[in-house]
Amino acid sequence: MSAVDVREAITRAHREEWARVVASLTKRFGDLDIAEEAAAEAFATAVERWPADGVPPNPGAWLTTTANRKAIDRIRRESKREDKQKEAQMFYDDEPPEPPGAIDDERLRLIFTCCHPALAMETRVALTLRMVAGLTVAEIARAFLVQESAMGRRITRAKTKIKEARIPYRVPAAEDLPGRVSGVLTVLFLVFNEGYLATGPDTDPVRHDLTAEAIRLTRLIRTLLPGDGEVAGLLALMLLIEARRTARVSASGELVPLGEQDRAAWDAALVAEGHRLVRERLAARVAPGRYQLLAAINAVHTSARDARDTDWSQIVALYDQLVHVDRSPIVALNRAIAVAEVDGPEVALAAVDRLENALAGYHPYHATRAELLRRLGRSQQSRAAYDRAIELAGNTAETAHLTRRRDQLG
Amino acid sequence: MRYLLSVINDSDSQATPEEDAAIDVFNDRLQAEGQWVFAGGLGGPASATVIDNRGEEAIVTDGPFVESKEYLVGFWIIEAPDLDVALKLAADGSKACNRKVEVRPFL
Repeated sequence: MSAVDVREAITRAHREEWARVVASLTKRFGDLDIAEEAAAEAFATAVERWPADGVPPNPGAWLTTTANRKAIDRIRRESKREDKQKEAQMFYDDEPPEPPGAIDDERLRLIFTCCHPALAMETRVALTLRMVAGLTVAEIARAFLVQESAMGRRITRAKTKIKEARIPYRVPAAEDLPGRVSGVLTVLFLVFNEGYLATGPDTDPVRHDLTAEAIRLTRLIRTLLPGDGEVAGLLALMLLIEARRTARVSASGELVPLGEQDRAAWDAALVAEGHRLVRERLAARVAPGRYQLLAAINAVHTSARDARDTDWSQIVALYDQLVHVDRSPIVALNRAIAVAEVDGPEVALAAVDRLENALAGYHPYHATRAELLRRLGRSQQSRAAYDRAIELAGNTAETAHLTRRRDQLG
Repeated sequence: MRYLLSVINDSDSQATPEEDAAIDVFNDRLQAEGQWVFAGGLGGPASATVIDNRGEEAIVTDGPFVESKEYLVGFWIIEAPDLDVALKLAADGSKACNRKVEVRPFL
């Protein structure tokens, strides 16, 4: 086996086995910290040994066994503290999870622990990327533009809280499950969005590492909770957005709006998979949640071969459903954009203006107003709205796009 | 596993008769379900005295150790298997006493 093959085998094992190794060690030793460290050591050992000894026939089993040994070594080293360790063990609930159809997978417990509502949102994101996705602390710190030491402290504090406050290592009870799953999906969508619309003046406009990681984790949740409509919806939504990734930023680094994108450059396989998931949810005939509706809207967009063929009344109808489940003014803003295509810019502008109090600090609000004012021939007001949008936008590709649109006003 | 549920007051108002009644119902439930350890209401910050005897002689200061609009006004100590259970009880306790509640584990 060539060096390249071995390296690929290690990368694949890391991608496929990391969460399972951490989860199984957490169950056995009742300590996230020991599980994390031992898993990292096991992968380091693989990097050392596999090139010489060859890739074991069952890499996952090899890694788990090696990690178990590393964990036992550490506990022996710290044997004086062993009794304390036992006292401080995480609360592991032996009851199988209640929801029918859910697979009792250790990884699911790990995800629910990392996304526990008693942890701050940014902590949940960091912990999930470390424990479930296997990103290093340095990688997570880079992704969120914070110092590695600060990110390290955040993760350490979280592990201490989990242990001391006894955040349980279990799949929530059936009555709490919808809320908790929705909390997990929020974390994953946050990771995806940070990748998709990265902020910061010197940051790449799209951080593929983060979008890919979010999709991979959502796929994992879907295998663990195959019957959950919102999980399927979020995965479909991410796939349909990711499919347009390369068409979304021009060669000169400028954002290309949906209507102007080269649709041949969309990833057809991702579009097809996203559409398949949306159809699956339609066939389920259960009232769709937020992610399923957003996915359906994206499915309508990606079904049109040409932007002019977009079925805007279908999109408005979906937004009408969405405003019932999500009363956020951002949803109302996006609905207004679709309304402009059906009822004209004047009706849409009236709807947008009603959102001023809620969205005055949100750059898409000003960008949308600027675009509608342009279409109404109110150049001066349009220019002022572009100025405000440019001032507030943090993404480099968006700023470039908005600046060009403003300068076209003449 | 024991948790301290601290009741935070963010106004000068005392518990109303309705709040007192709801707290009694909650306390009875904690006792019936075996989660009760101890509970109590406290006098306001104006009734506090701080003692610092780390030096040569004890220094007595009138008032709370930190002046704040939000202050501890009462607490429960409960027995719960994990944080999920403690948070659920804290949510019911917060509803009963009509105040914010902080949940902290005993080590």
